[in-house]
Amino acid sequence: MSEPAISIKHLLGLEGVSRQDIQTLLDTGFSFREVLDRPIKKVPTLTGINVVNLFFESSTRTRISFELAEKRLSADVTNFAASASSLNKGEGLKDTIQNIHAMRMDAVVMRHPAPGSTRQLSQFVDAVVINAGDGTHEHPTQGLLDMMSLQERFGHLKGLKIGIIGDIAHSRVALSNIFGLITMGAEIKVCGPGHLIPPYISDLGVSINCDVDEVLEWADAVNVLRIQRERMGEGIIPSVREYRNRFGITNERLSKHRKEIVILHPGPINRGVEIDSDVADGDQAVILDQVLNGVAVRMSVLFHLLGSRLSEGEA
Amino acid sequence: MGTIASIPREILIEGGTFYDPTTRQTSQASVAVKNGRLAGLDDIKPEKAKVIDAQGCIITHGFIDIHAHFREPGREDKESLATGSMAALAGGFTRVCVMPNTDPPIDAPEGARFILERSEGLPVIIYPIGAVTKGQRGEELAELLEMQAAGVVAFSDDGQPIQNGQVLRRALFYTRDLGIPIINHAEDVALRAEGVMNEGALSTRLGLPANPALAEAAMVYRDLLLAEDTQGRLHVPHISTALAVDLVRNFKGRGVPVTAETTPHHLGLTEELVRDFSTNAKVAPPLRGQEDLQAVVAGLIDGTIDCIATDHAPHTVEEKEQDMIRAPFGMIGLESAFGLAHTTLLGAGLTTEKVIDLFTTGPARVLGLDLNHLIPGQPAELVVLDPAEEWTFTRDDIHSRSRNTPMLGMKFKGRVKATLGLNMWFNTL
Repeated sequence: MSEPAISIKHLLGLEGVSRQDIQTLLDTGFSFREVLDRPIKKVPTLTGINVVNLFFESSTRTRISFELAEKRLSADVTNFAASASSLNKGEGLKDTIQNIHAMRMDAVVMRHPAPGSTRQLSQFVDAVVINAGDGTHEHPTQGLLDMMSLQERFGHLKGLKIGIIGDIAHSRVALSNIFGLITMGAEIKVCGPGHLIPPYISDLGVSINCDVDEVLEWADAVNVLRIQRERMGEGIIPSVREYRNRFGITNERLSKHRKEIVILHPGPINRGVEIDSDVADGDQAVILDQVLNGVAVRMSVLFHLLGSRLSEGEA
Repeated sequence: MGTIASIPREILIEGGTFYDPTTRQTSQASVAVKNGRLAGLDDIKPEKAKVIDAQGCIITHGFIDIHAHFREPGREDKESLATGSMAALAGGFTRVCVMPNTDPPIDAPEGARFILERSEGLPVIIYPIGAVTKGQRGEELAELLEMQAAGVVAFSDDGQPIQNGQVLRRALFYTRDLGIPIINHAEDVALRAEGVMNEGALSTRLGLPANPALAEAAMVYRDLLLAEDTQGRLHVPHISTALAVDLVRNFKGRGVPVTAETTPHHLGLTEELVRDFSTNAKVAPPLRGQEDLQAVVAGLIDGTIDCIATDHAPHTVEEKEQDMIRAPFGMIGLESAFGLAHTTLLGAGLTTEKVIDLFTTGPARVLGLDLNHLIPGQPAELVVLDPAEEWTFTRDDIHSRSRNTPMLGMKFKGRVKATLGLNMWFNTL
């Protein structure tokens, strides 16, 4: 594998990350995909490197995906699952920062409910910081794995027409997709209930269309966001029925369009709400490819951000 | 930098320009101070007096801050009446009105008397503000008349907007003839929601819950309608949006008895300071964009906004070291107030004298306070300013017990060189 060649020191978000860096991360991701297809899926790249997975919010798939990526690169992995309640008891960022200092960690993968918390962390620790989701801000590795899955399917990203459908206002997946895909030259339309689309989203270079059929007609691929059940409890989405009828991705809706539209979903899926089971399990969906690409692109991120640390150690 | 110490018995301030904001008269004259009062030059002995070289400086009336949080009683770990007074003196202020959102809140005459007793002997005059409602809960009227008799200079549930319009309407009727204002924190709490910064393109990029300009404007509009209806005395605090400035201008034009203030940070700092998720830039109402700042400055120029107040809001390091959601709102502002306001307003074409008015006669008019005429025999309530000095605001300039400010490292033009308070002075000369 070639020498690491990206300019960022941490992966805090995809905003501001260059096209070249993103392409390098994706390309290396494809190389690691090959590793994952080998009988023995492990390489010694990060031997001796300590990585802590610090999750202040519950997560199954993202945490497992990172852990797999770390282990397949032979890093030493520590998992730390703090509950949201420990935050409320006052165990704040400061304590986290000091603990990471004390434990001499090389990298921190953090998920935290507050936007910007990973950036705050990166300002105070020597370790490489990787954002595994900071509240409603960004989820950059999700953005990368979505782009990898699109590139795998289409062979390129430039000029692709991508719809992002759902609760845009509370979605870190949407923001990372927007920042990454716009940088790579794709076109984006966001779609969802009007009050769940932030009023200034078009400043980010996307267009808005609340008619899901029009977006499907236009798009090469759509990224279907998970609808949080809590939004219904809060009375923000009136009912499952209404959401599904207006915004749900159903076979009936897809069959109105002649072309094949690639379907992405970051998971976990609410089957029968934002997407129907037969769509999620159908040929158009790349949802399981996304899962595999997630491991590969996280290996790529760890490799590039920690590679320089390894070479420093050798020097 | 500068020290706060006992004031010399005799002081001679030489070489500066003397500006009396009560008369708007400027003169070139040395100023003599004896036993805390202005004196004739013949009354002091130059060889015994502390002589200050004020070449290039302006000597004027001490500033008045009508909006500060000194956290006493209850949160003296953030600030106390004593430490807040030191911060005030270092910022050129000789009088400060303290907000009642303490623990417990100042919502009865006993509380007002407590503040006044605890303020005896401090170098600045402390005026208590009383809560509008019991416990600042926005429901039952507090003993407003008894509090006024005990010495409060205004009423406010600051920090807690009075959401119930009927409660504010009653309060405005009830206090109509007292001659002192009700200050309602102008944010509609439902529209503000969980917002931690201004709503706009930046909040969208940062994924932070946002507080739209209309949350302020909607509340200001309602409050102005109530003021017009009741003819009660309303004061709008910390105006931060073009929408609210327009509303106040409109209602003032209709003769409604309303006054308004803005803060140095709302006229001089933009939301860009939040870009790095800096909790020290988290404040309510939030820092806004350039267009709002320009509208606020225009409001100061045309008199829509009557004065500048700091909204000095100390918080501990520990609280501000939390994430953007959990960290409390507010920044300290006394020590940086003149530097930031002067720098910004000079850039907008105002004179130093006009900026001084906004810190002296402006706030005095809002609360109906008397200023001293700067003539022999009057208390020497003075500040010495160097309007041309360019300086960098650092931790050494902070005398508050807290240091939550996003302004460290900023460059300002115009600096407080000395402040003469009661028995104490701040001096850098």
